[in-house]
This record gives sequence, structure tokens and C-alpha cells, in this order.
Amino acid sequence: MTILTPLPDNTQPANLPPPANWRKYFSFSHDHKVIGIQYLVTSFFFYLIGGALAAAVRTELATPASDFVSPELYNSLFTLHGTVMIFLWIVPATAGFINYLVPLMIGARDMAFPRLNALAFWIIPPAGILLMASFFVTGGPAGAGWTSYPPLSTMSPKAGELIWILSVLLLGSSSILGAVNFVVTIWKMRHPKMGWNDMPLVCWASLATGVLILLSTPVLAGALILLSFDLIVGTAFFNPTGGGDPIVYQHMFWFYSHPAVYIMILPVFGMISEIIPVHARKPIFGYRAIAYSSLAICFLGLIVWAHHMFTSGTPPWLRMFFMFATMVIAVPTGIKVFSWVATLWGGKLNLNSALFFAMGFVSMFVIGGISGVMLAAVPFDIHVHDTYFVVAHFHYVLFGGSVFGLYAGIYHWFPKMTGRMMNETLGKIHFALTFIGFNLTFLPMHKLGLEGMNRRIAEYDPKYATINMICTIGTYLLAVSTFPFIINAVWSWIKGEKAVANPWSGLTLEWSTSSPPPEENFETEPVLLCHPYAYGKRPQVPPSGNLDPATSPLST
Amino acid sequence: MTGSTLDSSQAELIISAEEMGHQAHPDYRITGVLVFLVAEAMIFLGLFTAYLTFRAVAPVWPPEGTPERELLLPGINTAILIASSFVIHNADTAIKKNDVKGMRLWFGLTAAMGAVFLVGQLFEYFHLEFGLTTNLYASTFYVLTGFHGLHVTFGLLLILAVLWRSLKPDHYNSKHHFGIEAAEIYWHFVDVVWIVLFLLLYIL
Repeated sequence: MTILTPLPDNTQPANLPPPANWRKYFSFSHDHKVIGIQYLVTSFFFYLIGGALAAAVRTELATPASDFVSPELYNSLFTLHGTVMIFLWIVPATAGFINYLVPLMIGARDMAFPRLNALAFWIIPPAGILLMASFFVTGGPAGAGWTSYPPLSTMSPKAGELIWILSVLLLGSSSILGAVNFVVTIWKMRHPKMGWNDMPLVCWASLATGVLILLSTPVLAGALILLSFDLIVGTAFFNPTGGGDPIVYQHMFWFYSHPAVYIMILPVFGMISEIIPVHARKPIFGYRAIAYSSLAICFLGLIVWAHHMFTSGTPPWLRMFFMFATMVIAVPTGIKVFSWVATLWGGKLNLNSALFFAMGFVSMFVIGGISGVMLAAVPFDIHVHDTYFVVAHFHYVLFGGSVFGLYAGIYHWFPKMTGRMMNETLGKIHFALTFIGFNLTFLPMHKLGLEGMNRRIAEYDPKYATINMICTIGTYLLAVSTFPFIINAVWSWIKGEKAVANPWSGLTLEWSTSSPPPEENFETEPVLLCHPYAYGKRPQVPPSGNLDPATSPLST
Repeated sequence: MTGSTLDSSQAELIISAEEMGHQAHPDYRITGVLVFLVAEAMIFLGLFTAYLTFRAVAPVWPPEGTPERELLLPGINTAILIASSFVIHNADTAIKKNDVKGMRLWFGLTAAMGAVFLVGQLFEYFHLEFGLTTNLYASTFYVLTGFHGLHVTFGLLLILAVLWRSLKPDHYNSKHHFGIEAAEIYWHFVDVVWIVLFLLLYIL
């Protein structure tokens, strides 16, 4: 099977639709590209809110005393920080990339269900506004952590907690509707010449993500329905005094929320698998290994949830099972990391902002992965459970992993999405500030956790003061790092240098159409002649258009 | 393409979109319904597992003092719902023969059976000697049957919507009848869920 994208005329920017009508981005558009950008911009807006909440949390923690906000408000701040970052930033942002990229990469005109797709997006803004509105109800927003464990959640102020539940239910529904679209689109709408093993790796990752969402998110909905009955009418599902069992909530919650980690990281894995070969000018190392390891992660991700519950009275035999299952996940994940490093190895690296963020992703994610295997070990976990070691671990996965990957994706596909290039200098400043700020914030937290500092408490022992101050300074640096990015994105979108159809000489199908792509994506039916990662390989048939060795992606 | 001519080996690879069934806007709605039902099944599976866990953890189940339940009415209800799954299938056979009237008849009958099921369910609710918060068994009973009842109601609305649409001439025919198929698949799903629910709550 050989595939080759018909190479577009790469010498001058396409004349196709200019950033056209900005109003369409505020409409119930059915175009997957508009919806993808709607997801990305909306979720980035919530990322800024979540970041502001994080800054408030870190400001409180700058000193050992509880002096910046009241302890109750502190609880609400970290609860909403977690909820916003997970349900309103990373999950919708990855959904945005999947929406934008998948139909283009498989040569389809749109997603399978365009109207459903628009509906899935338009659930998000009201759900987010609803969550923010809980700051103004009596008792304030939910304060039981993003996990909302009973009995803590059933004892906190009802209004805020109920709004939290409603908001998460809405966001979960949006996620499920989106996943129906991803799965059917990838399954049914691939280009007729594109077999499963010719799919770009983003599609494999998106398929695995869609399956995970479909299998796990409904269970969270079930848990939240039962929790809301406990809250509103006083049933005793999770209340031991009435015969109920709070551990059942934890099982149901983590049956979603552990796969949620993979829902948030798998699409990013896929994006990194695109970005690295393009900018390293080498075929991806181990295409099938990366593709199938996404499926392995999807399966294993569903059977490890109770490693979050090692200290919840889980019986020892069950803890052993979940410990081993969790450690096994490091294998498919490691396969991916090895493949990325092997792809970079000896490559002719095009060191731009996208590749910097991609390499930042790989290195930071490895740290998060290693601390993840440490936490999977029951004896170690029991000691550091609910300490800052856990906070450090999952921020290395979700920030060092997902957020770095999302930034890499934005730098890589911005020219395609907007038809404009981003500014490289600002991009590199952004990367440097983010990388330093991130490590300054979260690396010291490992030490705090090992020394026993508990998470989720506004006050702490003064002996932790110095390290906490360093973390807080790091957070401010992270906040500052966002500005070069926002300036770059806004300025480039309006005034940036015009992008050609294929600025990175990529081989996947989205680069074979104009930047930005026209409505319905392709002027003519795309033609596939070589594998999406056949960089530097001799094509079996001469490429149709571009034979100039300087710009042809097929020349080494 | 970008202006250059194609050699024959390349031309072979360019397949007309239509002949490969790769239309610009293909119809995969049935697949979509099935994929969505996977998510629906998972929410029920989650609730069933929660129920089984509560039951396994409790020293006595149902907890002491739970009044005995009558099996006759739920038994009849179950029979009606299972029968309705066979009835609705006739509508599918009818529409494939372009028989819109026959389809309406079978859909109308299914709707009536579904309505009888819901009324029977409500009748049982009003005559049970325990309420939503009496004990854990009562709570799970009402939440599980209630959640299923909501799904039956939604299925009923789908059937009524199909009946309403079938009044338009040639809205459904032997080739185009997605609405009928979707409503039927959903109805079968609701039926299967009820069988599991009935076994869990009444028999086991």
C-alpha cells in the first residue's frame, strides 16, 4: 500500500477563504474546522480562569498561615481549579484537536454527524458559565475537591455542590456525544484507499480516546446521579449510617476518572507522533507499535482505577492486582516514548517552537510516568497518599504532558487553522518561560510530598515555607509565560505572515489542502500515494506536483 | 491536483468518490445510534454494579423490615414489554415492503404496550409499602426502575414522533426509514435492560 498526498503548489499562499467571517465562530456552525477552533478557543479561555484559580491557591500557600483567603474559599478554589482544568480545558481542548484534524487526515469532508458535533460543543459554554456562577450562590462553590467524595461532598453547602454535579454531568454528556462522532468518523469515513494501518497516528489515538469516553464517562454520570439523590432527597447510597457505602462512589468515580487521564493524554500522544516525524524529517519509528499501544493503553486504562484507593480499605489481593495492572501500563507508554526518541535520533531537526514543546512534552512526561510507577507500588503509595508528591506527579502528566503537547499542537497546526504563521521568537520565549516556570513550580513538590506535606490544606508546617515560596514564584512565572503566547496567537492570527499550504512539508492529508482549508476540506478528492510518515523514502510513483528537492517533503 | 499530468499507475488510484461508497456526506446514523447505546449500556452497567455491591456488602438483603413485593403485576408488565419487542419488529418488516399503514399499526400497538407498562409501573409505585428513602434497597429500587422508566418514556416519545412523521406522504419508504430503525433499536435496548433489571430486583 502506497500513499502519496498530491503536493499542493507550495510556492505561494493559497487564495482560498480568508479568515473570512469571524461571526461563524460564534454560530451553530456544522463545519468540523469551525467547531474544532471553537473548542480550542473556549477551552483556552477556561484555561486562563483555571490558571487564575491556581495562582490564588499558590498565593495562599506562599506562607504557612491561612491569610490570603478563608479556608472555606481555599477549598472552593482548588476544587474549581481541578474541575476547570480537567473538564473545561484539557478534555475539550483535545476534543478540539480531534475535531479539527481527524476528518482532514482521513480525507473526509466532515465528521459523521456535523449537527451532533455542534451540539456537543455548545453544551460546554453554558456548563462552564454555570460552574463559575456557583461563586455567587449561598455557601459558595463546591469545596469537596474535584473528586467530590462523600461524605465530605454531602456535608458541604448544597447549592454549590449541586451546581458542580450538574455542570460535570453536562460536560460529560458533551464528551460522550463528541466521542460517538470520533468513533463513527474514524471507523467509517476513512479515505477508500486508507486502510487501518495507513491512518495517521492521531486517528488511532482519537479512536482509543473515543472508546474510553464511551465506556467510562457514563459510569461517572451514574455515580453523580446517585450522589445528587443523596444530596437532594436524603437517600443513603453513600452514607454508611443508612446502610450505604462511600467506597462504591470511589469505585464508580475512578472507573471514569482514571481512564480520564488517558482521555486527556492519548490525543496528545497522537499529536506528538505527528509533530516529531515532520520536524525531525524522518519516518516515525515503530508506526504499528505506537498505533497498537494506544489500544493497549485504552484496554489497560479501564482496569487500573483502584490504584487511587490503596488507602480506602481496599483488600490486599485487590491492591496487588491493581498494582501490577498499573505497572503494566508503563509498557505501552514506554513503547511510545522509545519510538519518539528513536524518531528524533539522527533526525535533521527543525528546531522550532512546535518541536521544542514536543520535546518538552516527552521529557516532562517521562518524569510524570516514572513517578506514576512509583505511586503504583502499594507500599510507597500508602506513605505518600494525599501528599504533594501526588500533586507533583499528576501535574507532570497533565501539565508537563497534556498542556505541553497542546501547545506543540497549536504551534504546529496554527498555520493550517488560520492561514498565518506564528512568530518563532515569541514562541521560543513562551517555551523557555513555560519550561522553567513549570519545573520551578512542580519539581520541588516531590520533595514536599516525600517530607509529608498534605495536599488540599490551606495551612502547613512552617518548615515547608521555603520550598512553597519557590513553588509560588514558579506559578507566577507560569502565569507570565502565557502572555507571549496570547500576544503571539492574537497578533499572528490578524497580521502574521501568510502561510503556504504545507509550511512544514508534512505528508499527512491536512497539508495537501490550502491553509486554511476550504469548506468541505478538499477542492478535489485527495489522492493517497505513500505512507503518512514516508519522509526521505523513495516514492514508488513520482510525486504528482512538487519535484523541487528544496521544498519537496519526499527528498531527504 | 496541481496541474501536472498523471501517469497511468496514478490514475488508477484516483477512484471516483461515489463508486467507492465514499460520498461527501454519507449516512452512518444507525452506526451512530449503536455506538451511543454502548454509552447508555455503560451507565446501566455502572448502576447495576453499584446495586450488586450494596447487596453484597449488606449483612441482610433486602434489609430487615422491607415489605414483601408482589410479583404478579411486575411479571405481567415484563411480559408486555418483552412482547412489544416482537411487535415492533413487524413494523420493520412492513416498511421494508413499503407498507406504511402496516408500520403505523405495529408502531401504534408498541406505543400502547409501552404506555401500559409505564402505567403499570406507576401503579406499582403507588401501592408499594416503602418510599424512596425507606432504606437502601428501596432507594436503589426506585432509582433503577425510575431511570429505566425514563428511558421507556423517551422510547415512547421516539415512537410517537415516528408515527407523527409517517403522516407526511412518502416520509418513510422501503429504502429510507432511519427513524423507524432507530426507534426499534432503542426499544429493543430498553427491553433488554428491563430484563436484567427485573432479574436483579425481583428474582435474585
